[in-house]
Amino acid sequence: MRAAGGGSVGGGADVIGGDIEAYLQRHKAKSLLRFITCGSVDDGKSSLIGRLLYESKMIFDDQFAALRDDSKKVGTRGGEIDFALLVDGLTAEREQGITIDVAYRFFTTEKRKFIVADTPGHEQYTRNMVTGASTADLAVILIDARKGVLTQTRRHSYLAALLGIRRIVVAVNKMDLVDYSRDIFNKIERDYRAFAHQIHLEDITCIPVSAVVGDNVTSRSVHTPWYRGPGLLEHLETVDVPDPAEGAAFRMPVQWVNRPNPEFRGFAGLIASGVVRPGDALRVLPSGRTSSVARVLTGEGEARIGVAGQSVTLTLADEIDVSRGDVLSAADDPPAVANQFEATIIWMHDEPLLQGRAYLLKLGTKTVTATVAPIKYRVNVNTMEHLAAKKLDLNDIGVCELELSSAIAFESYRDSRVLGGFILIDRLTNNTVGAGLLHFALRRSQNVHWQALDVNKRARALLSHQKPCILWFTGLSGAGKSTIANLVEKQLHADGRQTYLLDGDNVRHGLNKDLGFTDQNRVENIRRVAEVARLMVDAGLIVMVSFISPFRSERRMARGLVEAGEFIEVFVDTPLAQAEARDAKGLYKKARRGELKNFTGIDSPYEAPENPEIRLDTTQLTPEAAASQVIAHLRKAGMIDAGFDPGI
Amino acid sequence: MAALDYLQRLEAESIHIFREVAAECEKPVMLYSVGKDSSVMLHLARKAFAPGKPPFPLLQIASGWDFREMLEFRDATAKKYGLELLVHTNDEGVRAGVKPWTHGAAYSDIMLTQALRQALDKYGFDAAFGGGRRDEEKSRAKERVFSFRSAQHRWDPKNQRPELWSLYNARKNRGESMRVFPLSNWTELDVWQYIHLQQVPIVPLYLARLRPVVRRDGRLIMVDDDRLPLSATDRVETLQVRFRTLGCYPLTGATVSTAADVPAVIREMVSSKTSEREGRGVDKDGATSMELRKLEGYF
Repeated sequence: MRAAGGGSVGGGADVIGGDIEAYLQRHKAKSLLRFITCGSVDDGKSSLIGRLLYESKMIFDDQFAALRDDSKKVGTRGGEIDFALLVDGLTAEREQGITIDVAYRFFTTEKRKFIVADTPGHEQYTRNMVTGASTADLAVILIDARKGVLTQTRRHSYLAALLGIRRIVVAVNKMDLVDYSRDIFNKIERDYRAFAHQIHLEDITCIPVSAVVGDNVTSRSVHTPWYRGPGLLEHLETVDVPDPAEGAAFRMPVQWVNRPNPEFRGFAGLIASGVVRPGDALRVLPSGRTSSVARVLTGEGEARIGVAGQSVTLTLADEIDVSRGDVLSAADDPPAVANQFEATIIWMHDEPLLQGRAYLLKLGTKTVTATVAPIKYRVNVNTMEHLAAKKLDLNDIGVCELELSSAIAFESYRDSRVLGGFILIDRLTNNTVGAGLLHFALRRSQNVHWQALDVNKRARALLSHQKPCILWFTGLSGAGKSTIANLVEKQLHADGRQTYLLDGDNVRHGLNKDLGFTDQNRVENIRRVAEVARLMVDAGLIVMVSFISPFRSERRMARGLVEAGEFIEVFVDTPLAQAEARDAKGLYKKARRGELKNFTGIDSPYEAPENPEIRLDTTQLTPEAAASQVIAHLRKAGMIDAGFDPGI
Repeated sequence: MAALDYLQRLEAESIHIFREVAAECEKPVMLYSVGKDSSVMLHLARKAFAPGKPPFPLLQIASGWDFREMLEFRDATAKKYGLELLVHTNDEGVRAGVKPWTHGAAYSDIMLTQALRQALDKYGFDAAFGGGRRDEEKSRAKERVFSFRSAQHRWDPKNQRPELWSLYNARKNRGESMRVFPLSNWTELDVWQYIHLQQVPIVPLYLARLRPVVRRDGRLIMVDDDRLPLSATDRVETLQVRFRTLGCYPLTGATVSTAADVPAVIREMVSSKTSEREGRGVDKDGATSMELRKLEGYF
């Protein structure tokens, strides 16, 4: 064992020679390779990365001293230097001896700079591997020579291919434990290539290594005279990774409209693909407006050209409407615009993805609302089989249809990571709950535009002297929703208003009779009702919806379907004890006896509204008084006053 | 047109990060520690919003034990670029008589971590840029670029948001905040290289000059003012030294050096045998001390 690795950064003092400027020039000209390492702790992944850092002289004396101490204290190599300890950062991981999260490592050789995404290998960390793969140009997949191609090898390869990595290095590790057997190595290589071919991975390099001993990591090993290929580091230093974005048509999602003074209006963003020069004709998407580039600005002033990967600010020749989330593109070769897609979704959260639930979708610099419906299939990541699914659990990967609240400019993920990759965000918690890869737009969404009808909501509203809206009554079973909604409708009808009452029980007998009471079915139940209510609002009606609707996110989804002010949430607030005491339909008794499953308040949660427009405390109000309170609200909000202007 | 080299890529990525925060957060601020990483951050932020100014102020947490040269440099920099500068000190700590040599590890918690939290709460900032880099330390290697903090400023390393591609999720509820690290993917050498190529102004403490120092626990501590307690056996020497990292002067060890300009510093660094944080006293209390401090809200 050599002492402290030479302890110097980026090649060491010997490389500098006398001329620091020349050294800096050489250093600056280096290219960058981002790669991901996949494998389990048992495969020696952390040891391999630790070894790469050590051999490329990224370990300082003080770090080496700490490593030596740690190796004695918590190492798994009997007091010998345990390189894995260099990279297993968080205390929890060191205690458990596993690598949980994605960690990024940096090292430099004479030829290249490297950013390594070090990701955990077990199936329960699929989301972490996907995260690391999203920015990688190449994947190093570890195989334990004693075990050969395993289920996890297939999973790692599939995920790498899914995220668009085309170059694979298979590091067959622990060759020292199989006596550097050429036959074993050859068999693993044959097995791997046969499998990789099935998932369209063709650019594969297999290298026999021992991370612990150091064979074929930085230099070719004397133990494998039969191996003629490059060592791992040599391969990583020389492998060609062309950036497809450089040759593609110009695209730039607008991040920020820069308006420091009235004379200057620039559109700032990072160029996703292609090049841009002053005078180039541009198209703004999704609006489709066109203009041309006046100036290309970088932080250093005016430039002749902007290239893929660069952050620039563009000014245009015309004053046209451009805002954050728009995509600037080559006028004669723009990306498509659509609002319905097929996509692969990788689910990253403990709470499952449900069909029909609305999430926020961020793609490029645009954030819109997206609803998943339906899930076509789930992929078994170990066998690549397609399985039927109604939901996606943590680490599940599925192919779904997506419907967005507005049209966006996009490309398929295969063509563009920037305009084809998206994240899904939970609207309540703001957590990133999923990631997705767009495949293609559904044909119906590309061509079908909303027909602007001559007889519209405003015309109908004027005729009936009312402003259409949804009164959404939510509360526990037995709270009194239907009773109050009925009284409200009676009074509105007596006043000559046009109304309709959508009642939970009645709708379940017809439109939704195919739905049960699981969480997914409840989501779909509410989605259908909300859509029907929306159409009725469009028809000019005051719609009363009387549904338990226990989930905030569904009620929020319904609210999002209509215009601001048209959704009036009415919380019929009755404590569980009182609702249960009334128990007009005997349902609570049944639920308590276990005869009714998923009953709200008993074994399924009710999420009370946080800011309802109207709260009716039924412990204080008679049903008649509650109904009057609703009517008063409608009057105050200008929905039903005589001689009103609907103002839509 | 040649492809971008790696420094140009890093620069573009950092600028992208600055703009995302400006677009998606309500009230961002840049933590300006006056160190070299802060200098590079500020340079990038100015580029990101040129020809305008960065749409956020600078915030410096002053412990009261900052190098005098840092404070001069700080004020001159803010003035030169016309940026709003906020300075915050934990007055409770000052009143309680907390000094670098009286409270051990608690000193940095009180005068830096708590002070930072006080300042963020006081002004209601919902996003704060920090100069942290993933190559600095093992627990930082797993830090996100957009790092979510609870309303109590806690970092939960086991429950970080997935961060894919360059799609950052800046959404949060009231009271919660983001720490954002535009230099996440830079290494120490990258920072120096960039300072050299772009002529980024840095505080002269990074360059070797004759300075008065005393020896303390094997380190050279600069006698920056007369508040540093000196015992009868202490001998103040004038040595040619520089600092590889900057913090409170009584806790920051100097290195004997002849590197009087940036290229010489880089030369010294690439030949160096010790890591960057070694000169800092605060990280010496156990291998996991940085992680613990991050949990509490330190940068």
